Amino acid sequence: MILDAKIPAGELADKWDNYKKHAKLVNPANRKKVDVIVVGTGLAGASCAASLAEQGYNVKSFCFQDSTRRAHSVAAQGGVNAAKNYKNDGDNVYRMFYDTIKGGDFRSREANVYRLAECSAQLIDQAVAQGVPFAREYGGYLNNRSFGGVQVSRTFYARGQTGQQLLLGAYQALMRQVSLGKVKTYTRHEMLELVVVDGKAKGIIARDLLTGEIERHAATVVVLATGGYGKVYYLSTLAMGCNSSAICRAHKKGAFMSGVSWIQFHPTCLPQSGEHQSKLTLMSESLRNDGRIWVPKKAGDDRPPQSIPEEERDYYLERKYPAFGNLSPRDISSRAAKERIDAGCGVGPMKNAVCLDFSKAIKEQGKDKIKEKYSNLFTMYEKINGINAYEQPMLISPAAHFTMGGLWVDYQLMTTIPGLFALGEANFADHGANRLGANSLLQACVDGYFIAPYTIPNYLADEMKVEKVTTDHPAFAEAEAAVRAQLSQFLNSKGTLSADHFHKTLGKLLYNKCGLSRSKESLTKAIEEIKQLRASFNKDLKITGDDKVNSELEKAGRIADYLELGELMCYDALTREESCGAHFRDEYQTPDGEAVRNDQDFCFVSAWEWKGEGVAQELHKEPLVFENVELTVRSYK
Amino acid sequence: MKLSLKIWRQEGVDTKGAMINYELDDVSEHMSFLEMMDLLNETLVQKGERVIEFDHDCREGICGQCGMMINGRAHGPLANTTTCQLHMRTFKDGDTIYIEPFRATAFPIVRDLKVDRSGFDHIIQAGGFITAGAGQPPEANSILISHETAEAAFDAAACIGCGACVATCKNSSAALFTSAKITQLALLPQGKLEAADRVVNMVEQMDAEGFGHCSNTEACEVECPQAISVLHIARMNYEYNKALILKP
Repeated sequence: MILDAKIPAGELADKWDNYKKHAKLVNPANRKKVDVIVVGTGLAGASCAASLAEQGYNVKSFCFQDSTRRAHSVAAQGGVNAAKNYKNDGDNVYRMFYDTIKGGDFRSREANVYRLAECSAQLIDQAVAQGVPFAREYGGYLNNRSFGGVQVSRTFYARGQTGQQLLLGAYQALMRQVSLGKVKTYTRHEMLELVVVDGKAKGIIARDLLTGEIERHAATVVVLATGGYGKVYYLSTLAMGCNSSAICRAHKKGAFMSGVSWIQFHPTCLPQSGEHQSKLTLMSESLRNDGRIWVPKKAGDDRPPQSIPEEERDYYLERKYPAFGNLSPRDISSRAAKERIDAGCGVGPMKNAVCLDFSKAIKEQGKDKIKEKYSNLFTMYEKINGINAYEQPMLISPAAHFTMGGLWVDYQLMTTIPGLFALGEANFADHGANRLGANSLLQACVDGYFIAPYTIPNYLADEMKVEKVTTDHPAFAEAEAAVRAQLSQFLNSKGTLSADHFHKTLGKLLYNKCGLSRSKESLTKAIEEIKQLRASFNKDLKITGDDKVNSELEKAGRIADYLELGELMCYDALTREESCGAHFRDEYQTPDGEAVRNDQDFCFVSAWEWKGEGVAQELHKEPLVFENVELTVRSYK
Repeated sequence: MKLSLKIWRQEGVDTKGAMINYELDDVSEHMSFLEMMDLLNETLVQKGERVIEFDHDCREGICGQCGMMINGRAHGPLANTTTCQLHMRTFKDGDTIYIEPFRATAFPIVRDLKVDRSGFDHIIQAGGFITAGAGQPPEANSILISHETAEAAFDAAACIGCGACVATCKNSSAALFTSAKITQLALLPQGKLEAADRVVNMVEQMDAEGFGHCSNTEACEVECPQAISVLHIARMNYEYNKALILKP
């Protein structure tokens, strides 16, 4: 199969305009005859559902949480990028495009990234119109700050809770459409299967997590906006419920999966403190604007960080990457931290952290100023660790965070299954092999507010002529039977090990063998071990409780999917014999430890096709064509 | 540490519940409260028993999904803290801890410690938004908002909708939740034209959901993880009365 990205003709700056000019429309009178399913209610899902409902389509919105307002977009802290150039510091759409392409290590599509930068300004307008209380200057104008990977101030923020405020804006827009009768929400519902009829997505099978009922939902279009799968590592910055099930089930129905091994490790998380831990908490990257990162120069230095004198500290980011210093991109910063920790210079009880030090900023700007910028983060830090970070350095460590991989989509955000769209973190597009800070909220919102509302109607316009599928179609019965069979297998499993046991084991395995760095040897081993773990899962799993409200049963399905996804991640990483962005292969590095990319052989997006149980997946390649930027060695020195 | 836990178990909305005793060893002081619950559930799975259902998700104090009464207090003994951000170092070896769901008529119990808080969504649906269409908004800097106003709006907007305010109120009032949204939107120039309808509709919906009236005990502010101020309730009352008086 040849992957057609359907990139519109014309100059880079004109492509999106050209697309919109020619995108087909659906007669307003016909829109009320069309049902759309949107799975996920984060920034991408809520904004898409609200926008399509506003156009007149009937939208069914699904989420597993008890309210659509709780999607994990709510936890994003730092900010959202937009090329507004309010600071007159040289920002523009092209520069933002270039920063993002470079930040992604030249592994994303030019056209998608340009569109992202182009729509960014409009997103700020949209959010302000909705009442998102972004930070303001005293004169009433919007304020900005800088973020990792760029040298201009293009990040808009609402204290350290930008994701929360943007999400509440989208949630309110969604609730407005609910009140207008255009959206019906299905909270505490989990999509367990995609229904495909004649090669097109026509609905989903969902489980009501309260009653246990298996429901059939038909639609003309299915949108997956289900977020990322970083929780595959168990310990990650993601919410406990974040999962890959929707995209994995779609994958097995024919949607290709791309760039799955590109998983960002966020450099500013709280370090693991013991085996009991269920997650790693993210501290906003914005802290790097004022916090300086260092470790003791001497390996094994046991002194408390605050008692280590200045001359014995190694500000390794400032030393190695003087141009960007503490604002170096996430993959560079995370790897540099790992390198120092591996060299024995880590601090903290488990020697797995580096210092994020605010003493200089407090001296220069005063405690009140720092408090105004980051007080909620300092409070959170103290709640979790019992340490006052105004008085001693925060301890931070890299943790699995954002997934650049996901379902393959074309320029229209449509997967290889016609009628199935993937938005936000659930798709692979825009970020390449590394996401720059403050671009995730942007992509999710832009996909939902500004892109899908054009591209989905373009698809629907042709689909209006096709007869509607109902839930009586045999494809629904078949999909439902498969879901029931899996649930009953879980409920009847008579093993001895909990679902969490398998999740933790898989996570540890992936951290060690397909984490911040990978090698042919580690990946080959991981694939073998995951196979064994899956065999054990099928035999030794123990699920208690009934088929109604049962969190153990929910976990089991998600872990079954993670086991398959984890294996695919390793294959993806194994076949990519280069280092790029978040993907660092030990075999491909310079003598001083910098990533070595191979554009000759790997300037493509991997797209994996499911070929059936127990059969190796087929790798397809979408070549990446760069017409507007030169592929350079990514340097932040 | 070793703990004695007394936890509310209830099969579903129509069944009777009861406090059940559990003993738990090997609790680390570094665990979050929910990690302690995970540990307890792991022991239940090993015994072949149904786990204790509780709501949780982000475990960062921001999603608002977690929440339970711990020793009679919403989200436990610390001020301005969600259950996920409560750590076991707050307790000591040998403690007995009582754990119950958030209780309110408008929050029916789903199972064990899970409750249904969809009443909050219904209040927002009644007008807790600005009627801004998607796609063609005005330039953001064309709407000037002073630093102080933006910050004040944010103070109100920070509500995470966890329901601790309702659970701790002797009247099960949702006044703090509702007023926070009303204040945020009332402070901003956007959506001014619909402000009167908004407040009336939201307040009426709050009553329709079965939440009680506010009698100004201010307990809600004490238990709110975001320290949302009760002054917003005063603002809501002001906006409500203004809307009724000025109603054409």
